[in-house]
Amino acid sequence: MLDLLIIVSVVLGIIALAQLIKVLDLASQARGENSWENTDKDNKAQARLMPVFLVVYFASIIYQMVAWGKYLLPVSASAHGETIDNLMITSWIVIFPVFILTHILLFYFAWKYSYDKNRKAEFFPHSNKLELLWTIVPTVVLSILILYGLNTWNNITTPASEEDDAVLIELYAYQFGWIARYAGEDREFGDANVRLIEGVNALGMDSTDSRGWDDKIVRAEFHLPVNRPVQFIFRAQDVIHSAYMPHFRAQMNCVPGMTTRFGYTPTITTSEMKGITQNDEFNYILLCNKICGAAHYNMQMDIIVESEAEYETWLAEQKVFLPMDGTPKVKEVAPEEVVDSTFTEAEEMTTASIN
Amino acid sequence: MSAHTHHDDNDFLFKYIFSTDHKMIAKQFLLTGTFMGFIGMMMSLFFRIQLGWPGEASPLLESVLGSWAPDGILAPDKYLALVTIHGTIMVFFLLTAGLSGTFSNLLIPLQIGARDMASGFMNMLSYWLFFLSSLVMLASLFVEGGPAAGGWTIYPPLSALPEAMPGSGLGMTLWIASMAIFIMSSLLGSLNYIVTILNLRTKGMTMTRMPLTIWAFFVTAILGVLSFPVLFAAVLLLLFDRSFGTSFYLSDIFIAGKALEVEGGSPILYEHLFWFLGHPEVYIILLPALGITSEVVATNARKPIFGYRAMIGSILAIGFISVLVWGHHMFVTGMSPFLGAVFTFTTLLVAIPSAVKVFNYLTTLWKGNIIFTPAMLFAIGLVSTFITGGLTGIILGDSALDINVHDTYFVVGHFHIVMGLSGTFGMICGVYHWFPKMFGRMLDKRLGFVHFWLTITSAYGVFFPMHFLGLAGVPRRYYTNSSFPLFDNLIDINVTISIFAFIGGVAQFIFLYNLLYSMFKGPKSPKNPWMSNTLEWTTPVEHIHGNWPGAIPEVHRWPYDYSKPGADSDFISQDVPLGPDEKDEGH
Repeated sequence: MLDLLIIVSVVLGIIALAQLIKVLDLASQARGENSWENTDKDNKAQARLMPVFLVVYFASIIYQMVAWGKYLLPVSASAHGETIDNLMITSWIVIFPVFILTHILLFYFAWKYSYDKNRKAEFFPHSNKLELLWTIVPTVVLSILILYGLNTWNNITTPASEEDDAVLIELYAYQFGWIARYAGEDREFGDANVRLIEGVNALGMDSTDSRGWDDKIVRAEFHLPVNRPVQFIFRAQDVIHSAYMPHFRAQMNCVPGMTTRFGYTPTITTSEMKGITQNDEFNYILLCNKICGAAHYNMQMDIIVESEAEYETWLAEQKVFLPMDGTPKVKEVAPEEVVDSTFTEAEEMTTASIN
Repeated sequence: MSAHTHHDDNDFLFKYIFSTDHKMIAKQFLLTGTFMGFIGMMMSLFFRIQLGWPGEASPLLESVLGSWAPDGILAPDKYLALVTIHGTIMVFFLLTAGLSGTFSNLLIPLQIGARDMASGFMNMLSYWLFFLSSLVMLASLFVEGGPAAGGWTIYPPLSALPEAMPGSGLGMTLWIASMAIFIMSSLLGSLNYIVTILNLRTKGMTMTRMPLTIWAFFVTAILGVLSFPVLFAAVLLLLFDRSFGTSFYLSDIFIAGKALEVEGGSPILYEHLFWFLGHPEVYIILLPALGITSEVVATNARKPIFGYRAMIGSILAIGFISVLVWGHHMFVTGMSPFLGAVFTFTTLLVAIPSAVKVFNYLTTLWKGNIIFTPAMLFAIGLVSTFITGGLTGIILGDSALDINVHDTYFVVGHFHIVMGLSGTFGMICGVYHWFPKMFGRMLDKRLGFVHFWLTITSAYGVFFPMHFLGLAGVPRRYYTNSSFPLFDNLIDINVTISIFAFIGGVAQFIFLYNLLYSMFKGPKSPKNPWMSNTLEWTTPVEHIHGNWPGAIPEVHRWPYDYSKPGADSDFISQDVPLGPDEKDEGH
């Protein structure tokens, strides 16, 4: 019924429009005008709309900034993120005046120089001076931005060194969830391979590799100590995923067949951030930012940043991959946990807790 | 014109269907491209319903989409299918074939003074391959599992493994088939454009007397010839991975409960191949739009385009740099930081010729005598969107900043404004300007005014707020933002975007109505309705084979002698000989 109404109203709308045009046509023909050639009145009307549009456009941008500015990501919760935010602010400081100036010129010229049959446009085909000016000025400005940007990029991508005592975490992505693995006492990950995935061994860890015996595997949430570097290693099980941690200004793709890396130092604990955002429910999150299938939109893991002591307590409570006597874990429970691909089950999975 | 095509004139089949006449082929491209464009647009309106009101039943969706929207709620994998096919159609079918196919075909022979394209047959083949690829792409909507749904970039392994998602089955195979045919069509067209421009210019039409439209089409065609074959190779290897057990892009994969027998491939290889086309593709869309705008701005400001040679230089520079920047789509794939630095450098360089173009447009308007035809309005709109979208590119092209906005709505906002809107505005601008040349009739100006103001308002209403979503950390290609408490506040923004999208959609139907009505009932066009200098306006209104009834006019001057001091009229056609003391600005 609703569809029928919509169709009927669309048809009636088109007929009404056609009739309106006919009436306008007759009226303009009576004045000796036609339906396509701009009259002085048309040019004046359109010219007046130019500054009107400019004002509306700028006003809407200001409105959006005021109304929605508070929804933007809060201050960076990582050390390198502050340098990214500074670079971002510098870029906006360059971009905004250019945006405003060029738009004012565009719509001002359009309004100011609208057609007047008693005037002739100025024949001004070129000027080497002007062209040189707006080749050199952008070049200089961009050079500064490029140098600043590359400097920041180099600092961010320099990997953590041994002395930093970085926490080593592997983030493992699959359709549709995340698993985190801590390297354990030996600061080394045990070998893992998708061909060894079976039962509860969702990461495909090689149980004969003793380096992996003390690895700790966690789901649903992972914890980070504040002010200590974290080195992430990313793996993917099936398709490309992307580990996106927006509050830490961190993102890296997880690619099947290879490992990727990214590191940062968290600087603000979860409870401090609750204060900053004035939101008691606030949680840092890890989400997937590369299209990976039907439940891509719901692939999440919580991140808890806490004091070193709290972190150590939490970590001690987590089970290691193998019991210390070296016997492999029994292969039982829920094999479909790793093999399912329908999104309803995936939804349950992301909310279900742990191993 | 040679005798062999003469008998075709009275034959419906050869005049309207298997025509080798570039003007008819241009119209075929326009109509097919517009049709595809409307399908792409409708798809975006459907998924905007889901994004604005996630999980709410909409009877309209169910009646239009049927099993894709059970109980009126779009299914998650079908949401991705709509997003994917929307992107594919808009980028390739509307803004590559629809834009270049229409205007390169129409304008190259007419503006350089040629009887037709170098090869009329190849030109016809190019259109029919495009038509076929459109059919295959549309057919993929109706197969089991639905069409391709891995995003328009179809990254493997998602696109390579039917187990990965429903759309990676037959729908994906058809996507690849369609694109392979499309690429052949594009190559045949581009080769033809290049050869025609180089060889068939009329006497006096030197390279520096060519209108900027032709320069833009020329560089576009070269970019197409260089980069489309790489996409062809990429999708061919993907087809091998899918169907013949190779593993170019696959390695160490466990999916649907078992580990696959694939080893040694890399999905990153695909990304490199894809973006080697993918980035120049942006300029394959933008350059023709900018070329069209240059022509329309000069004509309607009654003033020469400022810095003609600088404009040519910036087209060449943009074309050259565009093949060196593809890595900026891959900053977070784990590529070597040094490589990231190189791509940041080359990417930000593009801003220099782009800035030159913008300032040249502004100077062209300065002290002009501007007639606001609908075409001119869209040209001004393009300058605005090119600035707005281009500036956010400075953020995204900077590898350090890209880390946090990569693949978020910030990117969606950026490329829709700088490429989507600029490309579409350029195309619409061209349709308003050259409609009389194509159909011998005039479009209605009042509908044009309404169309423009509704379009630019709703376009910014849709895409500007997306920057805020992106800076709030919202990833693109999310079926709903309601799964994360973090994004709960943002629903207002999504509702705003959806409402503007519907307004923009309605505005395009006004345009469609204008187009179809005027095609048959519009007032007859005079020979040179916009008082323009270029050669296409010296041809008769009624289309004839060979374009000029007599000899092809000889060219004596550049195309931008508007309001020249000392001249009686405010425009001088390119075929008017230079006066005794006159200097040609093109030389």
